[in-house]
Formats: sequence, structure tokens, C-alpha cells
Amino acid sequence: MSNWLLRNVTILGAAPTDLHLADGVIAEVGRGLATGGAQVFDAAGLVALPGLVDLHTHLREPGREDAETVASGTLAAALGGFTAVHAMANTDPAADTAGVVEQVWRLGRDAGHCDVFPVGAVTVRRRGEQLAELGAMADSAARVRVFSDDGHCVDDAVLMRRALEYVKAFDGVVAQHAQEPRLTHAAQMNEGVVSARLGLTGWPAVAEESVIARDCLLAGHVGSRLHVCHVSTAGSVEILRWAKAKGIRVTAEVTPHHLLLTDDLVTGYDPVYKVNPPLRTAGDVAALRAALADGTIDAVATDHAPHSLEDKETEWGAAAFGMLGLETALGVVAEAMVSTGLLDWAGVADRMAVRPARIGRLDGQGGPLEPGAPANVVLLDPAATVTVDPGSLASRSRNTPYAGMTLPTRVVATFLRGRPTVLDGKPAESGGPGGGR
Amino acid sequence: MMRHLLSAGDLSRDEALLVLDTAAEMARVAAAPVKKLPTLRGRTVVNLFFEDSTRTRTSFELAAKRLSADVINFSAKGSAVSKGEGLKDTALTLEAMGADAVVIRHAMSGAPHRLAGWVRGSVVNAGDGTHEHPTQALLDAFTMRSRLGRLEGLQVTLVGDILHSRVARSNVLLLRTLGAEVTLVAPPTLIPVGVEDWPAQVSYDFDRVLPKSDVVMMLRVQRERMGAVYFPSVREYSRRYGLDAARMAMLPPESVVMHPGPMNRGMEIAAEVADSPRSTIVEQVTNGVSVRMAVLYLLLGGAMGGASE
Amino acid sequence: MTTAPDPRRPRPVSGDRTAAHPVLDAADVTRVLTRMAHEILEKNGGADDVVLLGIPTRGSTLAHRIAEQMASVEQRTVPVGSLDVTLYRDDLRLRGVRALGRTELPPGGVDGRIVVLVDDVLFSGRTVRAALDAIGDLGRPAAVQLAVLVDRGHRELPIRADYVGKNIPTSLRETVHVLLAEHDGRDGVLIGPADLSRQESRQESRQESRQDTSS
Ligand SMILES: [Zn+2]
Repeated sequence: MSNWLLRNVTILGAAPTDLHLADGVIAEVGRGLATGGAQVFDAAGLVALPGLVDLHTHLREPGREDAETVASGTLAAALGGFTAVHAMANTDPAADTAGVVEQVWRLGRDAGHCDVFPVGAVTVRRRGEQLAELGAMADSAARVRVFSDDGHCVDDAVLMRRALEYVKAFDGVVAQHAQEPRLTHAAQMNEGVVSARLGLTGWPAVAEESVIARDCLLAGHVGSRLHVCHVSTAGSVEILRWAKAKGIRVTAEVTPHHLLLTDDLVTGYDPVYKVNPPLRTAGDVAALRAALADGTIDAVATDHAPHSLEDKETEWGAAAFGMLGLETALGVVAEAMVSTGLLDWAGVADRMAVRPARIGRLDGQGGPLEPGAPANVVLLDPAATVTVDPGSLASRSRNTPYAGMTLPTRVVATFLRGRPTVLDGKPAESGGPGGGR
Repeated sequence: MMRHLLSAGDLSRDEALLVLDTAAEMARVAAAPVKKLPTLRGRTVVNLFFEDSTRTRTSFELAAKRLSADVINFSAKGSAVSKGEGLKDTALTLEAMGADAVVIRHAMSGAPHRLAGWVRGSVVNAGDGTHEHPTQALLDAFTMRSRLGRLEGLQVTLVGDILHSRVARSNVLLLRTLGAEVTLVAPPTLIPVGVEDWPAQVSYDFDRVLPKSDVVMMLRVQRERMGAVYFPSVREYSRRYGLDAARMAMLPPESVVMHPGPMNRGMEIAAEVADSPRSTIVEQVTNGVSVRMAVLYLLLGGAMGGASE
Repeated sequence: MTTAPDPRRPRPVSGDRTAAHPVLDAADVTRVLTRMAHEILEKNGGADDVVLLGIPTRGSTLAHRIAEQMASVEQRTVPVGSLDVTLYRDDLRLRGVRALGRTELPPGGVDGRIVVLVDDVLFSGRTVRAALDAIGDLGRPAAVQLAVLVDRGHRELPIRADYVGKNIPTSLRETVHVLLAEHDGRDGVLIGPADLSRQESRQESRQESRQDTSS
């Protein structure tokens, strides 16, 4: 069993201390711990956070293994500092049965780079017509708690109401991809001055906001948990703030790219900036940052969406929606939230590990870094910078919008239940299964 | 030397005027007994049309041939494109053929921008989706200048489906560069959200704008918009936004009526207006060839490769 | 789209003016043009059927001046036009795009007429070749003759002038500057060292009159 002593690490910005990881848990925390038989890791100047938890990852397996596999996607996650990801259900076949979610869960366990928690589809084949067997997925080995038709909106109000009600039986949550389909027919980018200039069909903010408002009202009415995926507009933030103030049990996530990038990047028609929901305006970015800082938005979720070259090297209108996110998430959040003073490292830990784990009802993920807790830890160097090179990403795809950008902080090491998955910013040697959970 | 013509907004005032002045000289060639110039002998111009447009393709073809370029028509139908080969692969094929210029018409906005990133030759946007059609705007400006003697200070009114019109976008940008003042007239459903950023006025009331218009440009209303709740009926559209003889009578005496074609006679423009002496519709077609000759000459005549002969 | 400087616009003479020395002064230019006007009249037995076509920019100016001289001798107007040869040049790839000069034929055109082409400097002969092609597309003259203010030699084509203001043997490392009051504020012809930047290759030195007066 691995046995590591992390010397002089800074936990959530406190004074440097030592962190002893043994037998998959945090054995001791304190200054000047005895080395014993442990491998010593000099972590001076490094910050330790609970291993990051992603609520929104597209691993593409089964179906599009050319773009990503569970193994490649989870390695990318580990390199990004994650110890758990939620694998979205829009695979082929869709993750709408216990069989498919168990397959994905096993693939994740076998790869061993991080824990994989499959998200179950809300409706059969994600078609928005009839509920999938939510209970069977919840009771499966994958223990599904998050359900989403992501990529599609559950736009039928009755179906959404029933889904919200039904998952209460196993403390599940419906994660809604809020996009009114009629208002976004053939939509290509945020509707505003840039879309008017570029002649691309607009994607109005109201198409997102109207669905969020309806779902908040529905969740309040039936007393269920609602999670809103990838919030992208200032108006959505206002609705969430109102719903939370009313006591509605709603949580929300924002992607790194919506915290940093704006729709004027579309000007060159490079589909690397084509994403759903679309990049919005600087005003929206400011509102999203403020909402993440004040907790109105609970979590950062990557919406890591790998696409093959042939799905992106096309005309804008023919290209697939989505961008990579796992390996750059922490750097982008550091740039958007930490460098700006909106969040400290404790805040980052809360939004990228603690709350996502809580929303997903994950035991053993999301900290705290205290004796007895599972040893899921990420070490980052806050003083370092990384220039994003698409060619050196672990993902099978290359559709990062950050190519050539220099982002603050670097993930130095990731430990999954005490075993290093990443050391010195590279995949750790050992690999192999980490022994499940 | 600019390598591509992708957007009318990329042209500075001097560049736009150079195109118009060059086109004026090209127009004289059209009047000469021999209409062909040796200027682009040995150059290859590819017409890459993913959308049917006989009118625009023919105009570019004639322009290239009058300058003695070799012209290849590469239409989407029956080509590799319809066999599922993407724009990128088509671009590589054109490269292998040694195309010096690619004139592209595409149903998707921004396709010429993508192509420009993949070929060494010059790319000319011959209309991309609902984005732009810069040579149309240049020929419109050329026509206005030859009819009215100036562009600076002209009051130009564009009427119709502004939302989906590449002609409108290019005209707004170019006319602004050349000092004209543009007013957009349309039902609110056919004005884009974000229009407030355009260098143009917006009006929903055609009759109020008519008396101060030096130029009225009527835009085609696409058949497919008619069933898509942008307006209640063709009859109502025509009554509120069509140009008929009564409305034409409200125009100042010297003003002209333009249409990029093809027209829906009786819908956005009445036949008697289209055929009136104010109408420039036939000249626009003629001028299109001269303007496209100018564009091809200016893009291709220059030292592109730099190598010796 | 940007291009080479507009040849229609007057441009300052460049190159090392201090190193350039005069070959013809203003009075010489006037005298030479008067002589050329007389030679044209003499050779063609008067001004009947004669049309002068100047090659823009300075050739057009010279054509107008010669036509005035002819007119004062003959007591009748002599038709003058301009012929821009840019679109007929064979060196577009080398020289880059330029704004087009004006082509304007006098009423009656060139069919059956004696066309006298007028240019400022005769050098490689390529401009004249282009002009001959251009005239061929405009009509069928009875004859085409060539008048130049300066013949500096170094022909690359079998072309010679019928009327020469002055033969000035030059080296390829020299530049001939033709100054005309309408463009340059005064008349004169200067010879000076060429821009080294333009003397790198024989191809570039083919550049004719316009280039010879610019940098
Ligand atoms: Zn989604």
C-alpha cells in the first residue's frame, strides 16, 4: 500500500504543515511528522486541496472512442487535479439503463486514474418522451444519483416534474441542460451584437433563463432537488438567486470557459469556440464570476467535451458543439477567480471539490483534508504558469480554446486514495486499478 | 496588398475607392471592340459554389475570363463535396490544382474565412450564409456613384429581410466606409437583435423614410421566411414594406431604386417600379462584371508568390 | 487592398537628387518637344489622320504638349488621347498591382489613323510592347509610330523609336528622372545613381519611365 509524506504543504492557504497519506486515508496532519517508511514529497510552496470533483464530463465511451475513452478522459482528469468525474449520459448507446452505467463505472475503475460516477439519462435514449429506469440505475453498482439528458433539455414540463419527483426516492438530483428548443432552433452562437455582425443564428439568453425559471418553480412545487448545468447568463444568475432566497433546493454549476471567454472570440469563425451553451458577453462573465464567488453558483463543472478533428475542422455551422476542459479547469479558475481576488484557495476547494461532491452525494470525495478522511488530494503550485499546448494534452481530442494561452498555477501531483495518479505534472508510473471505492 | 476579400468591412476607404476606380476603367473595356484583356493570363480562378447562384457565378466567370484567367467551375453538385468530403479536403484539392483565387459561395456564414485559413491563393467571398456578400456591396456602391455622382452624404434606405441578408450586412459596412448614411426598414421581426451596434438607423415606417431617400434598395424576401412567422402574410408584408408606384412617387426626383436580384415581382417590388427609369437593376448586373474584374485584378495582379518568371 | 503608389498622382523625385546631374534643362525640353512636333508633321506630311496617344502619366502630358506645338504650326487641333497599358503588362507578378491610369481615345478612335505613341523614357521596350497589344484591342490603325523624350538604351525587345528627343546612353546602375512642370514643378531630365534596392536584378531594372522617376 502506498505511504506518502507530503512535507511543508499549505492546506487551503494556512501555514505549511506535513500531510501523511497511508492506507488510502489521511493518517496524520501536523508539523515535523516522522518519516517512518513513507516516501517523502517535498511540497514546499505547494497548496493542497481536496481532489477535485467534476459534475459534468463527457467521456464519449461507449460510441465515440475516437474522440475520448474513459481511460484517456480520466487520465486528463487526473492531470487536471480531479479525483472524481461524473460521466455524462449522452454516449452511444445512451447511459439510460443499469447495464450501460455499470459498464462505464467499471471502465473507470479499471483505468484507475480517478473515480467515475456515471450520470443516468432522465429519459429513454434521451429523447424526452418517457422516463428511463432511474431506480434501476440508482440501485446498480454505479449507484447513480445524478440524472441528466445533457445535450438535450427536458423541455416537457410534465416529464420534468415527474423526473424531479421520482428521484426523491433515492435522494437523486435532476441536472437540467436548460435550453428551450424552439427558441434555439438552428442557433449557432449567443444572440447579440456579435451574432448580428457575423450572420450566425442567435441563441438568446432567454432560452436558458426561461427553462431555469420554470424548473425552479417546479422543484419548489414538488420539493425536489434541481441542479442547473452550465449556467451561462447574468439573467440565469438572478433567477437562481431569487430561487435560493425562496428556499428552493436548487444548485448550479458554471464552466471554466464561461468564466473566461466571450462571444467576440467567434469573430474568426473558428469552431474551437463553438460550445453549448454558447460563449456570452463580458457582462455575463462578470455576473457568473460574482455568482460563483458569493455561492449563488455552487460549483465549477468542466463540461469537458472532446471532439475529433473532423468534427471541428469544418465550417462553423457544420462543427460540433463543445470544448475540452479537464486539464485546464484549475488554471482557468485561478485566472478568472483567484488572480482577481474573487476566491481564495479555500473557496476554490469548496466550488471544485466540496460542493460538487455533495451535489453528487459522493462519500469519500470532496475532503476535508483531516485525519481519517480518504486521501484524495491535489497539490498545485500557485506560483507556476502553464502555456497550453494542445499537442501535449492527455485527451484524445485537441479542441481546447486555450491553445497558446498562459494560465496561472500548475497541478503538480494528484493522489487518489493515497496513491499518486499524477506526479510532477505527469501521469504517475504505477497506473493500474486503485482498488475501487 | 490584401490577400482575401472576405468582408466589406475589411476595406478601408482608400481601398474601396480603388476598387471602384479600377472598376470604372474595367467598364471601359466592356465598351471596347475586344473585351478581353491579357492581364491574368496563366492564372487560375476557381468558382467554388456550394449554393446555386447562376447569376453570381456567371458574373465572376465572365470577369475572370475577360482578364484571360483560366476558370474552373467547381460546383457542389456532382463533386467530391456531395460525396461527404468536407470543405477542408476540398481546399486541399484546390491547392493541388494550383488555384490562384477561389471564389466561394456557401450556405454557411464564415465558410470563406475557414477556407482562407487552408489555401494559399486569394479567397473571394461570393456570399456566405446570412453573413456577407462584399462584391455585391461594391457593385451597388459603383452603381450609386455612377447614377448619382457621389457616395458621401447619400441617404440610402435598405428595405426588407435585414436579419437574413448578406447584401444588407455588406452594404451597411461599405456605405458607412464611403460616407453614405444608411437607414434600415423592415418589420421588427426581420431586424437582428444587436443591430444597435450597426452604423445605421432603423425604422419600421417605410413611408416616413421615402421622401429623404436618395437610394432605395429593396431586398429579396426568401420564400422560406414566408411560413416562419416573421410576418402574418405576403399581402400584409407587401402592403407595409413593398415598393409600388404610389410609394415610388414619394421619392425625391433624382433618387434611384435598386435590387440585388432575383426579384419577387409583386411582393417586395412592383413590376412597374422594377421596370421604371429609376430602376438600376439591369445596370447592377452589368456593373457586377466590372467590379469583379477589379477585385480579381487587385487581388491577383499583385506580387503574390514573389518568384521570378 | 493596397497597391503601389498611384502613378497619376505627382510624386517627388527620389533617389539621391544631390548626386543626380542635369542632362536637359527646361529650355532644352521645350526645344526638343518643338523639334519632335515638327518631325511628326514632316514625316506624315501634316497632321491629317494623326492621333497622339500618351502613356500615362508623363507620356500623356508630353502628348498634350506635342499636340499643342503641332496645332500651332498647322492651325488646327490635333486629337490626343491616353492609353494605359497596365492591364497589358507581362510583369504584374513582379511589380505588384497598381492603380490603373486613364485610357481615353479621341473621338473617331484609332481605326485607319496614324497613331503616335508618346512616352517619356524608352528603356527595355516592354511598355511599348504592351501598348501595341492594347492598341490592337482598340482598333486597327493605318500605322503606329513611337515618340519618346529620352532613349536610354538597354532594349530587351526589337523595338525602336521613330522620334527621339535625346539619346542618353546610361548604365543599368543609373536612373533617368524626367521632370515635367505639371507633375514636378519644373521641366528637366536628370541622370543619377539608381536605388541600389531596385538594381538587384535585371528584371527589376526593366522598370520603365514611371519607375525611373520614383523610388
Ligand atoms: Zn449540456
